[in-house]
Amino acid sequence: MIRHALARAYLGLILIFLYAPIAVMAVMSFNASEFYALPFRFSTEWYERLFTNDEILAAAWRSVWIALVVAGVATVLGTMATLALWRHDFPGKRVLQALLFPPIAVPWLITGTAMLIFFFGVGIGRGTPAVIIGHVALALPYVIVTVFARMQSFDRALEEAARSLGARPLTVARKVILPHAAPGIIAGSLFAFAVSFDQFVVSYFLAEPGDSTLPVLIYSAIRKGFTPEINAVSTIIIAVSMAVMVLAARYAKFGGTR
Amino acid sequence: MTGTERLRTLGLLAPAYVWLTVAVFLPLSAMAFFSLLTDVSFGDRDWSFTLANYTQALTNPTYAILLWKSLRLAFWVTVWCVILGFPCAYILARMIKGRSREALFLLVILPFWSNALVRVFSWAIVLRGNGVLDRAVNAVSPWEVKLNLMFSETAMVIGLVHSYLPYVILTTYLSLQAIDDTVIEAARSLGARFPRILWRLILPLAMPGLIAGAVLVFVPVVGSFMEPRLLGGRVGTTYGTLIEDQFVAVFNWPLGAALSFILLAVVLLILAAASPALRRAAT
Repeated sequence: MIRHALARAYLGLILIFLYAPIAVMAVMSFNASEFYALPFRFSTEWYERLFTNDEILAAAWRSVWIALVVAGVATVLGTMATLALWRHDFPGKRVLQALLFPPIAVPWLITGTAMLIFFFGVGIGRGTPAVIIGHVALALPYVIVTVFARMQSFDRALEEAARSLGARPLTVARKVILPHAAPGIIAGSLFAFAVSFDQFVVSYFLAEPGDSTLPVLIYSAIRKGFTPEINAVSTIIIAVSMAVMVLAARYAKFGGTR
Repeated sequence: MTGTERLRTLGLLAPAYVWLTVAVFLPLSAMAFFSLLTDVSFGDRDWSFTLANYTQALTNPTYAILLWKSLRLAFWVTVWCVILGFPCAYILARMIKGRSREALFLLVILPFWSNALVRVFSWAIVLRGNGVLDRAVNAVSPWEVKLNLMFSETAMVIGLVHSYLPYVILTTYLSLQAIDDTVIEAARSLGARFPRILWRLILPLAMPGLIAGAVLVFVPVVGSFMEPRLLGGRVGTTYGTLIEDQFVAVFNWPLGAALSFILLAVVLLILAAASPALRRAAT
């Protein structure tokens, strides 16, 4: 009993460590003082200013639609590749699977600078197309891992049953395999959205000045000397990404059941 | 596999691999090429091949000190993540059951999916001089305390541990959850007490997850530049910020490429050293 109480207290401390700074930031975004001065006085001034700040709104909008495009492309490419890798065994498959992970195993700083050099060399340059190409590559492994995990629970007998009843391969894919994969595909696309929306390092090197995504804009704003408007927009970002992740978790079932 | 099946598999795989080639493999090769140039090869600039970037990157003592500093920073962040993360993963995986576990688990890994930059920024608000932490400590402390944590290596470690702790918890949780209960009951029925079970049974079985988590923390932290800049201020110069500067401030891309490649080599060596354990973690 004492051990369980201690365990819960420890978990509580970890959760405080993880959430306290976020909570402080959220509270401070409603503080009237520009310099986070206490005592606290409630004000929604920073949110009002935020919604008239065209630069931040434009960057936010750009981040959202880039993330939507990235999620769409990465989900389609990732799901196709996963189904191929899951269905068949062939020579070189392990190598192909290993090749999916450099986007995660190489530090983003190196991926980002390498992309900058390459895209400049081939004439794509910096800007939104470069950002999208980069984000899709980063998001692909997350989609693949998520869909693959879901397919582990697929009973191959179902496929054989469908075939023996005369279904053609495409019908089997559409009516049997895809419906089973659907929760994994949905979770994977939400991951891809989150990866793109939160990505700072690669966007930082690939975004054109004046045409940046929200995290890049926040970084330069903080370095110039931050204002509570950044608090307000950060609070909104945290709230939105957490909501997206709760949704993804409902589909992906991380905690597992026991 | 029949011919049509082979064709179909190829068709399904090709788009993803073409994309990865264009976005990751070709850029990395381009960077290798670039690190051997005297000047950027764009426009009508003169350039030729040279090893000067590597000799400069490897012999300049300042760069060596910064690389050592980044490795040390990554080491301490990893150590703290493991120390704090293992008990947390253990409690979640083996002591809490049912719906509350699912909810707590989600709470623990949720911050991992919220913007890293924003979380670092939130620490800047908490740690700044006369900030929330200073005031909170002074409110309970009988004498005046000057913490002054902002713009120090401690601030960098705190911010980075906060960013990467959920990785370790996630990977360790997965390997702890896979441990068969009967193994532990067998050990208990043979008279082993908890510390012995922990040391001889649980820790070795959780090791693949712990190592996987440690690698996932170490690799990005060695290359971090945003966290050291925002939380370290003047003391926050690391190998990562050095590379960032070559690309966005000094515009010495060939030197930046050489520095990036040296960092990549170090990271790959570390991954190679950890790969036997990682392979066990994957199966």
